[in-house]
Amino acid sequence: MTDRKNYMYKSWWKITSVILLLYTFTAGLLLEVPRLPALQETIRNLYFHVCMWFAMMILFTISVVNAIRYLRGFNIKHDIIARQYAVAGIVFGLLGYITGAIWASYTWADPNKPALNSFSTIARDPKLIGAAIALLVYFAYLILRDSIQDMDKKARISAVYNIFAYAMLFPAIWILPRILPSLHPGNEGNPALDVKNDISGNMRMVFYPAVIGWTLLGVWITTLKIRMSLLKEKNML
Amino acid sequence: MNSVKKIMLLLVMLLITLTSQAQEKVEMADTMRSNGRIYVVVAVVVTILLGLILYVVRLDRKISKLEKGN
Repeated sequence: MTDRKNYMYKSWWKITSVILLLYTFTAGLLLEVPRLPALQETIRNLYFHVCMWFAMMILFTISVVNAIRYLRGFNIKHDIIARQYAVAGIVFGLLGYITGAIWASYTWADPNKPALNSFSTIARDPKLIGAAIALLVYFAYLILRDSIQDMDKKARISAVYNIFAYAMLFPAIWILPRILPSLHPGNEGNPALDVKNDISGNMRMVFYPAVIGWTLLGVWITTLKIRMSLLKEKNML
Repeated sequence: MNSVKKIMLLLVMLLITLTSQAQEKVEMADTMRSNGRIYVVVAVVVTILLGLILYVVRLDRKISKLEKGN
């Protein structure tokens, strides 16, 4: 089972992740950023908050790929992989949500209105509601899984549900928030990926490595959990 | 070009320079950067990151050991 050729046991991409994250944390705080009103220095959150969502999307994609692989061959290993990637995706999604809430409370809140008023405006934002729906769908995935005792049934049903949950991501976080007016940037196109008029070249120099670094860290933690689950599985059989 | 147009053009130019100056006055953490204290923040953040990564590395090693033991 522990074939050394598997990516999980290689160290080069783990080292890459550490280097890219160290670069993100230093260059992200020290390099010049565009001076924009209201955003000010908080624009640096792009290297942290936005990367959480990128990492979440990539982890969920790996999860759904493994769910499909499970349905093709009924190998329990793929089910374990799909589950752990989904959990890691949820963790990154929650971190993205929390960091977004902190960021928004400083940049979106209207200082001329009472705090409760601005809160109700922010809470009504379609991007936030969409992200909340997407995360809740994935919470339901975990609840569904853990409520089934039979191992094969559990794996099969949750693999099918995983595909539905992934499909739900698209209306919830990609389509609906872009149709409706939102305070969140990126309504006109791809947030943070718009080369022409979104973020400056200086910021992209940190942003892209940051996305890769954070994603690799998420993958790293997930592979540790997968290896633990595989060990447990081995001991049980 | 008559003089009215010229004056209008001048006013527009002035407005452009004014707005561009206003943009430059966005408040940033310039004092923090000028006296170098930002490096303290970088040091703290990097220490925390390194601590967490060290934890993950040790976990990785432990699991590798378990895998070899089986």
